[in-house]
Amino acid sequence: MSRYTSATDADRREMLDAIGVGSVEELFRDIPEAVRQREPIALPDGMAEQDVYDHLRRLAARNRHADDEVTFAGGGMYDHYVPALIDSILQRSEFLTPYTPYQPEISQGGLQSMFEFQTAIAELTGLPVANASMYEGPSSVASAGYLAKLENGRHRVVVSRGVHPNSRETLSTYAVGWGTEVVEVPLDDRGATDLRALADAVDDDTSAVFLQQPNFLGTVEDLGPLAEAAKRTGALLVCSVDPLTLGILKPPGEFGVDVAVGEGQSLGNRLDFGGPSFGFFAAQERYIRRMPGRIAGETVDVDGKRGFVLTLQTREQHIRREKATSNICTAQALNALAGVIYLSWLGKRGIVELGELMLRRTAYAREALGAELVNPGPVVREFAIRLPDLDAVCERARAEGINPGHRLKYYYPEYADCLLVAITERRTRRDIDRLAAVVQSVREGVSV
Amino acid sequence: MRPQATGHGPQDVVTIFEKSREGRRAFVCPELDVPETPVAELLPEGLLRESPAELPEISEPEIVRHYNVLSKKNFDLDTGFYPLGSCTMKHNPKLNERVAALPGFSRLHPLQEPRWAQGALELMWRLQQQLSEVAGLPHVSLQPSAGSHGELAGLLLTRAYHEDRGESRHKVLTPDTAHGTNPATVTMAGFEVVKVGTAPDGGVDLDDLREKADGDTACLMLTNPNTLGLFDRNIEEIAQIVHDAGATLYYDGANLNAVMGVSRPGDMGFDIVHFNLHKTFTQPHGGGGPGAGPIAVSERIEPFLPRPQVVRRDQGSNGHSEPFFDLDFERPKSIGRLRGYQGNFGVFVRSYAYICSVGGDGLKDVSETAVLNANYLRARLAEDGIAEYLPIAFDRLCMHEFVLSGRGARDQLGIKTLDIAKRLLDHKVHPPTVYFPLLVDEALMIEPTETETKERLDGFADAIREILEEAKEDPEIARNAPYTTPVRRLDEALAAKRPVVRQATGHRPQATDR
Repeated sequence: MSRYTSATDADRREMLDAIGVGSVEELFRDIPEAVRQREPIALPDGMAEQDVYDHLRRLAARNRHADDEVTFAGGGMYDHYVPALIDSILQRSEFLTPYTPYQPEISQGGLQSMFEFQTAIAELTGLPVANASMYEGPSSVASAGYLAKLENGRHRVVVSRGVHPNSRETLSTYAVGWGTEVVEVPLDDRGATDLRALADAVDDDTSAVFLQQPNFLGTVEDLGPLAEAAKRTGALLVCSVDPLTLGILKPPGEFGVDVAVGEGQSLGNRLDFGGPSFGFFAAQERYIRRMPGRIAGETVDVDGKRGFVLTLQTREQHIRREKATSNICTAQALNALAGVIYLSWLGKRGIVELGELMLRRTAYAREALGAELVNPGPVVREFAIRLPDLDAVCERARAEGINPGHRLKYYYPEYADCLLVAITERRTRRDIDRLAAVVQSVREGVSV
Repeated sequence: MRPQATGHGPQDVVTIFEKSREGRRAFVCPELDVPETPVAELLPEGLLRESPAELPEISEPEIVRHYNVLSKKNFDLDTGFYPLGSCTMKHNPKLNERVAALPGFSRLHPLQEPRWAQGALELMWRLQQQLSEVAGLPHVSLQPSAGSHGELAGLLLTRAYHEDRGESRHKVLTPDTAHGTNPATVTMAGFEVVKVGTAPDGGVDLDDLREKADGDTACLMLTNPNTLGLFDRNIEEIAQIVHDAGATLYYDGANLNAVMGVSRPGDMGFDIVHFNLHKTFTQPHGGGGPGAGPIAVSERIEPFLPRPQVVRRDQGSNGHSEPFFDLDFERPKSIGRLRGYQGNFGVFVRSYAYICSVGGDGLKDVSETAVLNANYLRARLAEDGIAEYLPIAFDRLCMHEFVLSGRGARDQLGIKTLDIAKRLLDHKVHPPTVYFPLLVDEALMIEPTETETKERLDGFADAIREILEEAKEDPEIARNAPYTTPVRRLDEALAAKRPVVRQATGHRPQATDR
């Protein structure tokens, strides 16, 4: 079925005449017989628009989404409110449908918003420079490892077990390519990175050290001493940060990190079952010529008028080819635009207010649930609890229309009976009380 | 008469940070319904932010205006012709946006347990089947985030495949016409790039390939049709040479739009293929993403695919009466993850909707019409008055795109390819890809796609003719173009020499360099 094409039979005849061939088939005469596809593509024929819509709608209805339940799920992506103005702006054709801005004269909207995004990320992370986006969180972590490899050529990286399991695994996948060994440092009995183990793991051949703030369990890491231990032998310190906590948490730049990366979903992006969102990459100025991804820079045009271009392109694959500092081409421009719109909407004060709200509701939830805390130290919006009857709690919560959180057994066998609970601004005291009632009812049922 | 610049005045370039005024706001914080514990009791002093991040202070109406005004400085596909070679800028169906926004997809948490995400997993499984069918290869992973991420996956798979057989190979062959991402990926994956030359007909130089494909060769990365828009007639022999050397054959799917339903990469002998869902399968490009770069592979590569894989567990297994769609993490030989969660799911929804809309028959029509449009435009640009200035690089029938050389215009009219591209902006057309592929002097790489009408193609040919005619009279016009855009030619050298990559806000972060 021709759906989005518009050549009429008359067009085809005229076009074939102009080309000087008798049929469309003739246009493919360079393709050898042996590799021709003889049978039609074994997929159903095209469908009317309304039928496609109905089919997709039925598939969507078979998912339990964040409006169907009260969700305490986190683990790197969170049910934050996405303001309506983001949907409206992102659906504008002028943002939705252009390619990467290779022609700056007709791409100033995209380029200026990249520049604004870079500014916002640099501000949040307390670092001087940031790029225009990465694919998402875990691959940004891995890309920071590649920058360290290019920078110092050392052969090991040291990673806290508090770094998101997906990030650790992605880093390991990438590091095979560079021949880098990945060494993990355990968490201590308070769910924070074990400082002594970290200090012991870092040696002269350590290329980079990876921490996450807050870590996967939600623990706010004491970055000062960790940073000192990490940088003792000249390794790069890479910190994966949750940008929405940086309204209240001391930014990584103030701890002297070399690179801050992270997952941007919490900044105005949908959950989308895990993507597309965006990643970000901020660094000390001396790394700017080794950074991956696009970077927008300010300049002037021939009339002296202010404008923006993609800059420092000699880092990039389309210029440097095998000497490029990264292979990234298409990244996540539209999602990063959502990020900067969100940060403008939240504003200088809002990001502090939102952070404090999450902090207080999370403190309330830790009390209200009354369970053993896996990480009793400071947290902002997420924490882990140990529940002896976790299966029963999860089943009962589900029956009550509650998603109680992420079960840690999938990635942390040592926390097999533990639950990771996230409290965004969308989770009210009433929601928290409902989860607490489930926990309590199961606890009492068990003890009876 | 020479055109005058008609862009806006200089005062209109103001960033959102410069619009900030103390006390303005858009966000209203939800009510505090729990005790107002002092922050200092909840977070230790040394971990608290001391000075606030200098984010803008601005009202909702002004945010909306700011980004609406910015949007109007972008040229976009919904507004005009966008023949950017190797980028496949085809129409992005509006239905896809509607279905991607359904809350069952857009509000679904990535760690939702499979039993509560059956619709999403089924969609992914079905998309895997569709892509497998198009590629002619049995297994698909949707995980990679973009084409270059798919390439990285492909080379890591190649490495795992060789190592599993007890071999360590170090070289990856790429034609000198390859996309820049290919050699960049080779380096990132820890291999050494070896370039293979191009024969006089535009295909791979077989003698050069034979010489370079040896026991240390891990892979040949190939785009077919290649970046000259030419189908390599020797593909069977190429596959034979590569496989005889024990290497894998990788298909860069950037140009897949030419051959759907006509020839399958699997039948050509490729082991690994990546798809650009944001090219062939209509995910809007978003001004530089998001995209997605799924891969399809042959049986021998399958054990190494990234994890998790979406699988269908049929009736009877697992005690389910209906098929159950699941995430399979039990993949002992897997190269591991390339990113978080399950991939760019929102992109999968759009591409799945597109494939359902056009169907198997429609995909073939897509490729046939894309090739028809490209050849027609090639013929129009081969007319007298154009071809002497912009000769085609390889004078054969093309596939979905073709490459012209601007050397005639440069030598006879004194205008470069860049000048033609910039003058096209005044004609409200996005220029072709320029100065690529590298082996063509002053290259213009043109890909019209199947969704353009004959009138649009004619309009483009007319615009090119007009620019060349005008340059005969006065080359300065093109040399100083554009005139009608929000800004004119920008000083890229200045931007790179003295990088200003962020706004100077209220305070600069303290230097922490040791």
